[in-house]
Amino acid sequence: MASAAATPERPQPYAELGLTEAEYTRIRGILGRRPTDAELAIYSVMWSEHCSYKSSRVHLRQFAEKAPPSAALLAGIGANAGVVDIGQGYAVTFKIESHNHPSYVEPFQGAATGVGGIVRDILAMGARPVAVMDALRFGPADAPDTRRVLPGVVSGISFYGNCLGLPNIGGELSFDPCYAGNPLVNALCVGVLRHGDLQEARASEPGHQVVLLGSKTGPDGIGGASVLASASFGGNGEGAKRPSVQVGDPFMEKLLIECCLELYAAGLVAGVQDLGAAGVACATTELAAGGGAGMRVTLDRVPLRDAALGPAEILMSESQERMMAIVPPGSVPRFLEICARWEVPATVIGEVTGTGRLEMTWRGEQVVDIPPGSAADDGPVYHRPLERPAGQDALTADDPAALPRPADGPALRADVLALMGSAEAADKAWVTEQYDSYVRGDTVLSAPQDAGLVRVDSGTHLGLALATDGNGRYTLLDPYAGAQLALAEAYRNVAATGARPLAVTNCLNFGSPEDPAVMWQFAAAVRGLADGCAALGVPVTGGNVSFYNQTGSAAIHPTPVVGVLGVHADVRQRVPIGFTVSGASLLLLGETRLELGGSLWALARHGHTGGRPPAVDLDAERRLATLLADAAAAGLLAAAHDLSDGGLAVALAECCLAGTVGAVVALPASPDAFTSLFSESAARAVVAVRPGAEDRVRGLCAEHQVPAADVGRTGGDALTVSGLFRIPLAELAAAHRGPLPSLFS
Amino acid sequence: MTARVGVITFPGSLDDRDAARAVRLAGAEAVPLWHSETSLAGVDAVILPGGFSYGDYLRCGAIARFAPVMTELVAAAGAGLPVLGICNGFQILCEAHLLPGALTRNAGRRFISKPVALRVDSTATAWTSGYREGELITAVLKSGEGAYVASAPVLAALAAGDGGQVVLRYAGANQNGSADAIAGVANAAGNVVGLMPHPEHAVDELTGPGADGLGFFTSVLRTLAAA
Repeated sequence: MASAAATPERPQPYAELGLTEAEYTRIRGILGRRPTDAELAIYSVMWSEHCSYKSSRVHLRQFAEKAPPSAALLAGIGANAGVVDIGQGYAVTFKIESHNHPSYVEPFQGAATGVGGIVRDILAMGARPVAVMDALRFGPADAPDTRRVLPGVVSGISFYGNCLGLPNIGGELSFDPCYAGNPLVNALCVGVLRHGDLQEARASEPGHQVVLLGSKTGPDGIGGASVLASASFGGNGEGAKRPSVQVGDPFMEKLLIECCLELYAAGLVAGVQDLGAAGVACATTELAAGGGAGMRVTLDRVPLRDAALGPAEILMSESQERMMAIVPPGSVPRFLEICARWEVPATVIGEVTGTGRLEMTWRGEQVVDIPPGSAADDGPVYHRPLERPAGQDALTADDPAALPRPADGPALRADVLALMGSAEAADKAWVTEQYDSYVRGDTVLSAPQDAGLVRVDSGTHLGLALATDGNGRYTLLDPYAGAQLALAEAYRNVAATGARPLAVTNCLNFGSPEDPAVMWQFAAAVRGLADGCAALGVPVTGGNVSFYNQTGSAAIHPTPVVGVLGVHADVRQRVPIGFTVSGASLLLLGETRLELGGSLWALARHGHTGGRPPAVDLDAERRLATLLADAAAAGLLAAAHDLSDGGLAVALAECCLAGTVGAVVALPASPDAFTSLFSESAARAVVAVRPGAEDRVRGLCAEHQVPAADVGRTGGDALTVSGLFRIPLAELAAAHRGPLPSLFS
Repeated sequence: MTARVGVITFPGSLDDRDAARAVRLAGAEAVPLWHSETSLAGVDAVILPGGFSYGDYLRCGAIARFAPVMTELVAAAGAGLPVLGICNGFQILCEAHLLPGALTRNAGRRFISKPVALRVDSTATAWTSGYREGELITAVLKSGEGAYVASAPVLAALAAGDGGQVVLRYAGANQNGSADAIAGVANAAGNVVGLMPHPEHAVDELTGPGADGLGFFTSVLRTLAAA
């Protein structure tokens, strides 16, 4: 502060830290002087796109404004993660977050720390993390760089999640050239708490102590702060080469989880925040802003791994496995005792004051004195220009209905095998078998099921279901509809297991917000998702935006990944996708139209992405989901599988391979066989009805006005489509299971 | 009287909760034991659960074997206390020299998590007395360092012992490349058993591949009742 006062006009490296001149001027206006290096560090990270949502905020508001009335929502957007009431005194918190850029730079650690970060978000809400999921997108499966990135990402997730003891219950794996330079690594975590156990991120009582617990702070992940260090401390180059990707220690995170849960249970914590992006800067600013009281921190007390770190670097370090707790002074001894029992380092680094200011000292000098809300809440907000992409009309005009189609049984058969063997639809076991899905003993369904299903209470059999979905091709063709289709698919997937959808989280992966065409996609997708959630009656409880996913001027497909949470009243009535009994009649639910835009068939057989995505009918989705959950609750279904990529053909093939029993399929007279097999019309599912329950299922279909067509029976050791083709399950399995191991082993 | 089966939690233990559930399902009381305690609280048997004790730093199980609770455990095992190590627990028992051999990186160098077919090759142990010799069961393999290795004389001795000290073998593919397809071994007395696959994740159809694994936990109760 003294130095800042003495050199009011010294040039500061705000541009290198990602701040615009206008933003820098605004900081000077807020403080009435130039910021210190430490303050500049705080504003630069808190006002970054990642932390401030400055380009997306004006759009994201719709999630709250259009939110359907929901009695289930206990905490919504703004908290670390939303909290949803699932009944019986239980609440669930879940969130999905991107770790795209780090995972491209260093796939193993990038993906590993992505898991670690989202788990701490959930822990900070007072919940016990109970499961994780991952939605992954890479460049072409056979591209050399995909062979570098994919195995690294998968082993990073495997390493971190397995060592943490959290079951991985599903997710997605998809390939497209648009992700070659920008893989998407979106990690989801879900946690469970009792209603009264919700923790808040605020420091409101003067005198409360600020405790930093977990790993020591090192120089990892401080890209920006290194700029600051070299630009403002003489730039002698010492320590200039530091990793910008953090290194994870899942063992410490496991201890941190158990330690924090014990601290919460003992009633020793008045407020808590995880340390993720922007580390101590973000945690102190948000805790102080959340409570409004003020906070004084002695940065020298932060335990360091590298004694050479200066205050700005300490503030910006993204060292993993750290939490910050606000503790009443009388509780501190007991707090530290519990930390010691778990061998988790914990240090009092400051206290809550009544000044309303966030103050920090380092080596006796005051280095920070700011109103915390100015950094945490009052960051810049931009209304970025939007413009419909130049090629959008040509793209939608390029209708795949004109593509040559298979004309007879053998040609249809070849297409089924080609789709099942395409990287997009191929068996993902090579990936999912590297993840522990069993730990904690409550996993009822996991990959390759439609949704993950976790038991919450072994006495009442209450459970929660989760699915994530996204289809960049659909969203490219129509961002508004594409976002709704992603929502509808996840919603349908949750319902297919027998659960009732309750709430939504999202991870919005897009290109640069400074590109008006990208912003147009973003605005439309957010509007579509918000409208879709309103129509389906499921509120958005939180989410994450990842911009700048582009290589040069080429952005990725706009890729909103939507996670839907459902509640399962009795997990014993779960419905799997696999056919395990013979003689069950197969019903195709929903309406099939000729819809091939963005379809797997068009992509896998013609390398084509164009036209319009399938029509959205959210009312039909809602009726279908209610029907599926009702039928499951009554124990009428032996299997159910939603129809999405690859249509009925891929769905039936997956049902056969997930179980042990084939099917003899009789396609309806209309539409034609090709359309029946490969169209991707939404709001559809295929179910295997328990023998004897046919009439009751038909009755439910009528009650919920869901069209149902008889399409054959389970049985045999082949997927047979009467009059057209027969594929022995062994042949189908070879086509489906071969690709990933041969590409990545 | 209900048998009391201790489950040790080391820093980084993960399947302790699942082991305790399996113990209760079998009809015994599960007693949590903490790594830094020096007493076994008078339990009738002990399970070292799966997980990544001490983050698997240095070598799997290498740090946990020095935990205070291990001193008493080694002594009690020598005196005949039934001890079961699962996955990381097996690794700890090998590091503590309660069982021969060691566990190394999987042949494919990737973590494997899936149900596997197993054959019970010895029923002459405290933890397998309820199975039939040669019985085929399914349990969950989930490990990155599960390949069993031992010197040729040790392998020969394991196979030759009275009733055999090889408790379990992989009956299908030997995916992690274990010597002689060994999935589990016992000490010569048969009271200490180490398993790489997880029987505690195969105790009901809802959350596992079936209930075949329950036999390990009911076997030890039988053994205790007979003693």
